[in-house]
Amino acid sequence: MVRPRLGTLAVSVFALALASCSGSGTGSDAAKGDGVAVGVLHSLTGTMAISEITVKNAEMLAIEEINAGGGVLGKTIRAVIEDGASDPSTFAQKASKLIESDGVVTVFGGWTSASRKAMLPVFERTNNLLWYPVQFEGNECSPNIMYSGAQPNQQALPALEWAIGQGFNSYFLVGSDYVYPRTANLILKKHIEKAGKTVLGESYVPLGGTDFSGVIARIQQSKPAIIINTLNGDSNVAFFKQMQAAGLSPKTLPIISFSIGEQEAQAMGTALVEGSYAAWNYFQSLPGDANTKFVTAYRNKFGGDAAITDPMVHAYLDVYAWKAAAEKAGGFDPNAVRKAATSLSAFDTPMGKVSFAPNQSLVQRAYIGKLKPDGQFEIIADSGADIQPEPYDALAFPGKSCKL
Amino acid sequence: MDSALFLNQLFNGFSLASLYLLASLGLALSFGIMRVINMAHGEMLMLGGYLAWLTLMVVPGGAGILLALPVAFLGAAAMGGLVQSTVIRRLSSRPLDTLLATWGVSLILQQAARDLFGAIGVEVRAPEWLNSSFELAGVTIPSARLFIIGMAFLVLAGLALVLLKTRIGLLTRAVNQDRMMASATGIDVKRVDFLVFCLGSGIAGLAGVMLALLGPVTPNVGQSYIIPAFLVVVMGGLGSIVGTTAAALILGVFSALAQIYVDVSVAQMLMLVFVILFIQIRPQGVVAVKSRQLDA
Repeated sequence: MVRPRLGTLAVSVFALALASCSGSGTGSDAAKGDGVAVGVLHSLTGTMAISEITVKNAEMLAIEEINAGGGVLGKTIRAVIEDGASDPSTFAQKASKLIESDGVVTVFGGWTSASRKAMLPVFERTNNLLWYPVQFEGNECSPNIMYSGAQPNQQALPALEWAIGQGFNSYFLVGSDYVYPRTANLILKKHIEKAGKTVLGESYVPLGGTDFSGVIARIQQSKPAIIINTLNGDSNVAFFKQMQAAGLSPKTLPIISFSIGEQEAQAMGTALVEGSYAAWNYFQSLPGDANTKFVTAYRNKFGGDAAITDPMVHAYLDVYAWKAAAEKAGGFDPNAVRKAATSLSAFDTPMGKVSFAPNQSLVQRAYIGKLKPDGQFEIIADSGADIQPEPYDALAFPGKSCKL
Repeated sequence: MDSALFLNQLFNGFSLASLYLLASLGLALSFGIMRVINMAHGEMLMLGGYLAWLTLMVVPGGAGILLALPVAFLGAAAMGGLVQSTVIRRLSSRPLDTLLATWGVSLILQQAARDLFGAIGVEVRAPEWLNSSFELAGVTIPSARLFIIGMAFLVLAGLALVLLKTRIGLLTRAVNQDRMMASATGIDVKRVDFLVFCLGSGIAGLAGVMLALLGPVTPNVGQSYIIPAFLVVVMGGLGSIVGTTAAALILGVFSALAQIYVDVSVAQMLMLVFVILFIQIRPQGVVAVKSRQLDA
């Protein structure tokens, strides 16, 4: 038995104390007592960091702008930033900490549906409100989440419609192995079959996985007309790199991705992804004054060559929507805020005029873009009109509807 | 089942095996000779990847990749030597503490990478001849993967040369066979430990350069290879390079062929089940190293 020396004991106690002190998120300095705390919870490390760090930046920009304009209901917003580390259970833990320890009145956060599903019980238990800015698979209807990201009928289905219209008859589905790609592919398969086209293959790689040798072998064997890509995070970089090494670039085999925006394309290197398609509710190349203003403001703060993506704009408008809802409700109670949010009339955002439907999802348009060598998307298709959000796909989940 | 798919997956199996081999050779060396569980081994791969990226920033193109190999080898070897002399040497008689301490080192190295290079990860732009592929009997062979297989061969040959033909190799084999007797005959066991650990980490650095050709180099890139590396070492038989090679081949090909029928997640699970069953039937691994050493 080794008796611990007094010195070692002291050092370990000191280290423990230090460790418990850190880990509380950074916050913008605000007058204590006259501020309101909100949570900003995204993956700042791990495989999703490539996508989520800029979403956090967009939220911080909105908060800064609002504070500069006098805050919300006269109070300065104090943002408590936490890192979900690309791990769903960490997201749940941090959400709990933000609400119960830091006393935030609302949280802006999440990207992967896995993280959202993990956080959902926390928000329902504490009756708080999460603003979720990313496209997802639907199939969820919680009063404690504002779903501003695209529902399947606002991204996946318009993309499929476009692909069928272009004459693509056979499809190969590649995705990360978690709830969003699996559910999205379930919905897509039903619609592809209904349209009389074929699904030649469906492959999943663990989130963060980088070995695509088997997937690429299957793609080469089945020779699809187009690939629908629901990979998230660093996996996209590895996938496109290995596809190129195998002689399959987006120019030779069309591919449409649901989780690659301008930021991911820039981080991956535009040469890898050039010529591929993406489906979003926003592209940086959208015309409009609100968009130009936002891009300029973001670049002033975060660098002249920063790329702007759809989730960043959703996150940005979420903060402003929360402000407007809180002002309409006259307070920060999550229940009152969410009811006020759905009763707001259409407001101007970098993606045009949007509004929240009664089912707490956003009414928005869908666009298809093709990536140009300069890293911007050329918008080649437009839904033409606003699409009402439908959380439950009629073919995949018949009979279900979302009434909040 | 399509024969082209089967052949393709067979090649991919060899490609995976070569990656597993490069990742686990260093571990086999340190685990075999010192019975040290080095949880920071994955970070040597990460370090190799980042050194490759840095080298390519200074010297782009094909020359850069070739220069990156010795740079990554020496850099990772230096880091390995540092870890061995400061942490592992002091805990040599306590394997569980070594595990914990090296896990701590791994966390420190990951965070250091995040602070130095950012959380997002960096992209190694390979030269054109490493980014192409050619067809052979219906099989698409990416040149990057062929390069990695070639590297694995070279490293294995180099290691065999060192172990069989050099004096330090002789000393290493002696210490591997019977540590106490080797020490009793006057061999400086601590120096051999240090050099073997450096060598093992250096090989892991080379593996990191190979990984950089296939995907992004992120602070977590080592974590996805440490488990397969341990599986290969355990299955191969402690202290045997031949066993490690055989195990890497078996696991690589098994995993790739399984992916013909099932998804990657299930293939990984099957690989684990396979290793567990294998160990049940043959606990000493593929190649059992016979020695007169009494296990402590």
